[in-house]
Amino acid sequence: MDKKFTVGLAQIFPRLGDVQANLERHLQLVREAQGLGVDLLIFPELSLTGYTLRELVPHVAIRPSDAHPIWKPLVEASASLALVVGFVEEDPRHRFFVSSAFLDGGRVVHIHRKVYLPTYGLFEEGRYLSPGDGFRAFDTRFGRCGMAICEDAWHISTPYLLWMDGADYLIFCSASPAYGVGMDQEGATANAATVTQFTKTYATLLTSYAFHVNRVGVEEGISFWGGSLAVSPRGHMLGQAPYFEEALMAVEVDPGLLRAARQRLPLLRDEKPLLTLHELSRILSEEHRHDER
Amino acid sequence: MTNVDALLQQDIPLVRRMLVSAICTELGRFGFTRGVLGLSGGLDSSLTAFLAAEALGPENVRAVLMPYRTSAPESTADAMEVIRILGLNHVTVDITDMVDPLFAQFPNMGQRRRGNVMARARMIILYDQSEEWGGLVIGTSNKTELLLGYGTMFGDMASAVNPLGDLYKTQVRQLARAVGVPDRIIAKPPSADLWPGQTDEGEMGLTYAEVDKVLYLLVDERRTPAEVVGMGFSEGFVRQVWRMVQRNQYKRGPPVIAKVSSRTIDWEFRMPRDWGT
Repeated sequence: MDKKFTVGLAQIFPRLGDVQANLERHLQLVREAQGLGVDLLIFPELSLTGYTLRELVPHVAIRPSDAHPIWKPLVEASASLALVVGFVEEDPRHRFFVSSAFLDGGRVVHIHRKVYLPTYGLFEEGRYLSPGDGFRAFDTRFGRCGMAICEDAWHISTPYLLWMDGADYLIFCSASPAYGVGMDQEGATANAATVTQFTKTYATLLTSYAFHVNRVGVEEGISFWGGSLAVSPRGHMLGQAPYFEEALMAVEVDPGLLRAARQRLPLLRDEKPLLTLHELSRILSEEHRHDER
Repeated sequence: MTNVDALLQQDIPLVRRMLVSAICTELGRFGFTRGVLGLSGGLDSSLTAFLAAEALGPENVRAVLMPYRTSAPESTADAMEVIRILGLNHVTVDITDMVDPLFAQFPNMGQRRRGNVMARARMIILYDQSEEWGGLVIGTSNKTELLLGYGTMFGDMASAVNPLGDLYKTQVRQLARAVGVPDRIIAKPPSADLWPGQTDEGEMGLTYAEVDKVLYLLVDERRTPAEVVGMGFSEGFVRQVWRMVQRNQYKRGPPVIAKVSSRTIDWEFRMPRDWGT
């Protein structure tokens, strides 16, 4: 698609463990987004369930199918605009994943299962959930997209792989808690400053669009900072939603900017993925690896 | 020496915003729009009253004054000043008639024991007011007290929501200044006022200014006691602080459950507190 389109960032406060209430909220936002002319509406990580689930995981899990009472209305809603929704996915062998689904035209285009499950500090995802096993870019009517969920984006290999797989639009969905109240960035916690920084850096260095959609609200005493943002392939902030408050932000996306940015900064043209592969193979196969020395 | 004072500085408007929204959200989850708190006229409870009033509206906050016959009259005056500034709903329940009969039964009861009884008597009143007023109990313990164990279990440590629990006393003071807690309250020596002349710093034998720095380095910055000593703090002091943190770990969790089944509460049965809200 070379024509401009509008992306909506749905910075919501999901209700913990109440999938039905969250479904209704999603459908309400779909209607609001339509009013704003949104073509692609992105919800944060676990937007259908809330974040601090612990052993609620099996209670809120969904096996995506046309018959599922929560899934069906979402897929149907995607007939009018493309949607990215976050949920707990159960596979046929009863493993549970943190997933985000790209829905469009009344069908599922792609599901990404979170690869990096943080299990340290206040995070305990590895205890309750299974990790995904890959990053795949996928074609959409807007162009080729790649999705990553929260901690995935903290690993710099993630956006790189998606970029090499052809993604021009990076979609990051998060439930990022606010912690570290110092003096680093006015109005936001230290980790919010880091996420904002690396989203801009990725967009700049990968000369791609980047969208980071984060949730808000308080769960178990933990605040989620919001501050969802959209960044152009030149690293310009197209818009940032407020910190800590619910918001629906619409930004206009001009695919022509990808062309311009890649002429100005031909990093994709000059990138040497084979060299990277070769060097990685060497590093991983060497008898005495660096970290074991 | 590391500039720990700078590390203890916070983005005050951000902290204020996070605490106000946490009070509002966490009470709201359980269907409450009102809160109750014990207001002593000290720094922690005064700041908590300011934050609760901002979160819930002053008309939805009941401040409960619970003096004992030996309580300092200035404490009551300071509490009344906070009530006046904020326009809080308030009630005074003197605990003397509750606790003196028990003290009379045990004439040898020492100060610490009496202090604990008083703190727990106040808890009974607060939870009774909680039901009467239809609001949850908002706690006033700060991070320094919680880490050092300077509080009474099921007494002043009892609450439904504890907004200041992640702020050191030094940080409480910074925030109190910003929200407009009267200078008099900010300036006076912190005291549980359980007996005449008692001060926190005198009783614990340390100063908040020093202990907050050491705690910040040990806990927030994850430095070892040896590293903290290397930064210029006395070894005896650092050891004393770390020992207090260790000895009082039990106060910061629920009682130990003897495990028998294959799904024990808090081991295998780990549900979020905010389940379904």
